[in-house]
Amino acid sequence: MLQGKWLAVFSGLVLAIAGCGQASAQATIKVAYTDPLSGPFAQVGDANLKQMQYIIDYINSKGGALGKKFELVPFDNKSQPSDALIALKSATDQNMPFIMQCSGSNIAAALIDGVNKNNERNPDNRIIYLNCGAVAPELTNEQCSFWHFRFDLHAGMKAEVMVRALPKETTKVYLINQDYLFGQSVQREVRNYLTKLRPDVQVVGDELIPLGKIKDFSPYITKIKASGAQALLTGNWGPDMNLLIKAGVDAGADLHYYTFYAHLAGGPTAIGAGGDNRVLSVMSYSENVAPAIGNKEAEAFGEGFRAKHKFDFSAAGFRTIFEYLQAAVNKAGSVDATKIATAMEGLELKDFLGYDTKMRKDDHQIITEYFVGTFKKGTKYDAEGTGLGWAPTATILAKDIDQPNTCKMKRPGAS
Amino acid sequence: MEVFVVSLLNGLVYGMLLFMLASGLTLILSMMGVLNFAHASAYMLGAYFAYTISTYIGFWPALILAPLLCGLVGAAIEMFGLRRVHRNGHIAELLFTFGLALLIEKGVQMTWGLLPVPYRVPELLDFPLFSVYGTHFPAYRAFMLLISALMFGAIWLGLTRTRIGLVIQAALTHPDMASALGHNVPRIFTLVFAAGTALAGLAGVIGGNYQVTEPAMAFTMGPIVFVVVVFGGLGSLTGCFIASILMGLIQTFAVVFDVSLADLLAKFGFTVTSGTPFAEVLNVTLPRVGALLPFLMLVLILVFRPRGLMGTRDT
Amino acid sequence: MNMLRRHWPWILAFVILLAIPFLFYDWSKGRHSGFVLTLMSEIGVMAIFALSYNMLMGQAGLLSFGHAVLLGMGAYCAAHVVLLVKAGTIWLPTELVPLAGGLGGLFFGFVFGWLVTKQRATAFAMITMGLGELVSAAALMFMGFFGGEGGIPVDRVMNTSLVGVSYSSPWQVYCLVLVWAFVAAVLMKLQTQTPLGSMANATRDNFERAQFVGYDPRMVRLYQFALSGFFAGIGGGLYVMIYEIVTFDTVSAAKSANALLAVYIGGAGGFFGPILGTIVVVLLQSGVSLLSNAWLLYVGILFIVMVMYAPGGLIGLLFMHMPIWRAGRMRELLLPYARAFPPALIVLLGFVFLVELTSFTTIGAAQGKKFSIGGNVIDTTAPMPWVIALAMLVLGALWLRREARGFRERWDDVMDGIKRQGAMS
Repeated sequence: MLQGKWLAVFSGLVLAIAGCGQASAQATIKVAYTDPLSGPFAQVGDANLKQMQYIIDYINSKGGALGKKFELVPFDNKSQPSDALIALKSATDQNMPFIMQCSGSNIAAALIDGVNKNNERNPDNRIIYLNCGAVAPELTNEQCSFWHFRFDLHAGMKAEVMVRALPKETTKVYLINQDYLFGQSVQREVRNYLTKLRPDVQVVGDELIPLGKIKDFSPYITKIKASGAQALLTGNWGPDMNLLIKAGVDAGADLHYYTFYAHLAGGPTAIGAGGDNRVLSVMSYSENVAPAIGNKEAEAFGEGFRAKHKFDFSAAGFRTIFEYLQAAVNKAGSVDATKIATAMEGLELKDFLGYDTKMRKDDHQIITEYFVGTFKKGTKYDAEGTGLGWAPTATILAKDIDQPNTCKMKRPGAS
Repeated sequence: MEVFVVSLLNGLVYGMLLFMLASGLTLILSMMGVLNFAHASAYMLGAYFAYTISTYIGFWPALILAPLLCGLVGAAIEMFGLRRVHRNGHIAELLFTFGLALLIEKGVQMTWGLLPVPYRVPELLDFPLFSVYGTHFPAYRAFMLLISALMFGAIWLGLTRTRIGLVIQAALTHPDMASALGHNVPRIFTLVFAAGTALAGLAGVIGGNYQVTEPAMAFTMGPIVFVVVVFGGLGSLTGCFIASILMGLIQTFAVVFDVSLADLLAKFGFTVTSGTPFAEVLNVTLPRVGALLPFLMLVLILVFRPRGLMGTRDT
Repeated sequence: MNMLRRHWPWILAFVILLAIPFLFYDWSKGRHSGFVLTLMSEIGVMAIFALSYNMLMGQAGLLSFGHAVLLGMGAYCAAHVVLLVKAGTIWLPTELVPLAGGLGGLFFGFVFGWLVTKQRATAFAMITMGLGELVSAAALMFMGFFGGEGGIPVDRVMNTSLVGVSYSSPWQVYCLVLVWAFVAAVLMKLQTQTPLGSMANATRDNFERAQFVGYDPRMVRLYQFALSGFFAGIGGGLYVMIYEIVTFDTVSAAKSANALLAVYIGGAGGFFGPILGTIVVVLLQSGVSLLSNAWLLYVGILFIVMVMYAPGGLIGLLFMHMPIWRAGRMRELLLPYARAFPPALIVLLGFVFLVELTSFTTIGAAQGKKFSIGGNVIDTTAPMPWVIALAMLVLGALWLRREARGFRERWDDVMDGIKRQGAMS
């Protein structure tokens, strides 16, 4: 008797939920976006979402593509690959041509795999995966896919940028990275480019730490101090980076911190004034770049975001993504994943700062300029209201980081 | 030698911070049997309260007010929530605090935003106290040591010298007996829960600017506190103290010794190559697993000595 | 025929579950909704997982914080087996992959169980927590078995099916999940009636007496733990089939917590409780999280309300109605229920409205989202919506309180009546 009742309740619940998943008319070009939007890493997805929304509004005001507007559809993946795959299913159910994801190479790997399988099994309902920040080099090398386009430099390229930005006086460096796929690849790549580009630099320490488990980094700072290092190179993100730099600054260690992610949302607040002139970050953009190169339009674009959200604008890379989408959709002449992907291959555009960029055909890796910023006082635009901002100290042009790749791309139809 | 001295100091500071968090939980867990998942949330609340208060009237009032606020929150939770749930058993209480932890996390995100807040060390204490072989020892860390030492003393005196403390001690080890002797055990429960939460709040006040005040801080601090409490043993504040210091020192010194099991085996004339079974496990160095040692120790001690280090009864 | 008469609820449930995806069938494109199928498959896996968790918590009274370790290890084993089958090293029908996961779960259940079942109660809970942390950290550190952060991707299309199905579409996988979920559920139901199942109950209820009878409670716990690992491992194997990847989050504490929540919300008392709880938990996590930014808040509130007002879980609420149903007096409760419904709905709506308003002003506004109901954008900065939401909450609560009192009286009346009847007959 009872079973009948709970079944009724169950089917009612399912009905109620799934009613929301039905697709509407395809008047817009939908881009599914999946990143953590709740839980401990919510600030990552939150900051990205704000900036993307701002950029999409701008692109749409410039006419969108093929007369259609872009629309962002966020899905919370709670940092879990399985939830990202559910989001992928949702996106293909609604025939969305794009899914975008920024944070976490593990999720990116799962998505590439999922997108490959979906496109192979459902040729009439294909989807393109736009990678806006998962940087494990494997994704465009061993695991490269025709359906995956990476719009951020991979860890190897960032490592090269970092090594190129090391000043001549620095001869002793210390490496600390998180003990998982991404951290290990940063460790490998940084070492690799140090030997290649700066044979004079000596690695006095090289360490892996468990991801997100360490609450006090002072012992590491002690160890680094004892090793006599002048610079600390790290790919850490989140608390692992914040606490590391904070501990170093508190101990008054005479170190420079070369990071991948200190400029991301939350980093500047956590580091604070103590990091003045000590913390450097490899970044795709800082608001201080535009005044430095005298690009008024780019400066105004960033100011518009600041005025709207009371927050810094750092994701110029996202604007490049949507400009590529706009160009590729227009070139393809239809919202068809295969055609768009083909159009996007080898596409070359000038980004909004006026630099050359291209979507490399061999491995679908974007080649774009990159900056190294120093966190210091007296910049025109400060970060997160700390009074300190990211001053561009080095600009690495696209042609300088056109690293080789080992991708063997399989294109549809040409097996 | 220099590394040793600095590491010792850092280990002490971290251990004392752990103790501040864990002491409240020990009281709550041993007396009420509640696995309080919201304890680390109280730590986070303390930090956020202190941040807000310090932007208006400064750090020093916040040092007093924020823990008091946390204590009030704790008392409210106990009187209006836990007491009602108590009769439904320990798992119900645990889930209640779990739900509460989710609620507090989301509430903090809604009130203070998703990003870290700039909660800083007060200027008065923002200077290097002394230098050990070129590494500064910030005055704030000494201050943390001082506060936690004072707190340890206060709890100890309170528990051994005051009447209510003696009743609490009695209720710690023999709750039924204390109740049978006519003490108002529910009121003691409220008091202990409020005090425990206030202690966590105090830890938040002084730990929030030593670490980073952000919505994820409760989530990352949660498990280690349980480890300390259970390792130290239920019903023993001294055990909790020793466990905290031990955990602080172990995690600090694990970073310093760069050895792996393979190195150890090499001492006995056994070389590990990539072909050796479990080579991956044997080649892991101590610093890589340093942060995991507490959990390993927890498992080991519970398997062999379920009452923990100095516990008065089985966990 | 007798079989059919006795077990019709199972069969009915199976048919209904098979039919539900067709409600979401996209007839214009001639395909199933992948989202609904994946969600329902996820419910299937998590239901097995929650049931296996209840073998520990409900039956043996063991509170575990690391049950996901067994699910995850099962999943990793199944993934390696799939890789081996793909490579042609061994041959195994696709349908039996979950069994491989189950055997993996059984093995690790035995190994870990040997360690953790020495203790019970809080010590058991803490050992499992420590173990869970260790395994999830190891999953990131050791590339060989766990594949590190990227996990182990597999291809479920192996062409070794016994029934000639390729398993390339989510629908085929859903059918497989459904069959396995029923097999596992039936087995677990039968297990409660075995001597081991009864002894697990005995060690839970009276530890000393179970010892006096001559059973070693440690061994009872160990067998129960290993068996529960077997079923969790089956869930892990199915997980591999659904997502075609295993990552470290399958062993994480968050997954373990899910099982605990599902079991408690559904109710540990009845066998079907965990299934009910799983449905609620998965729909909250994967369904509501699509609709609302504040879903975690709702989850938190739900737990608090459940723990405070319905400690027996959903199944407990249903069981409360059993005597009334048997006495055929459910009809008398219809009116009070109908009267309590509108205020309850108003309170709920008021609360959701308030939470969403707050969430949109603090977080949503920053993300450039707009709060709209039925296409009407609502200005979250104006005072009017807030007043309405608060009024709904407060007035609804007052009204509900009144109705609840009336309901309580009616309920007591009916119950008294039934008791008196029972005494007379």
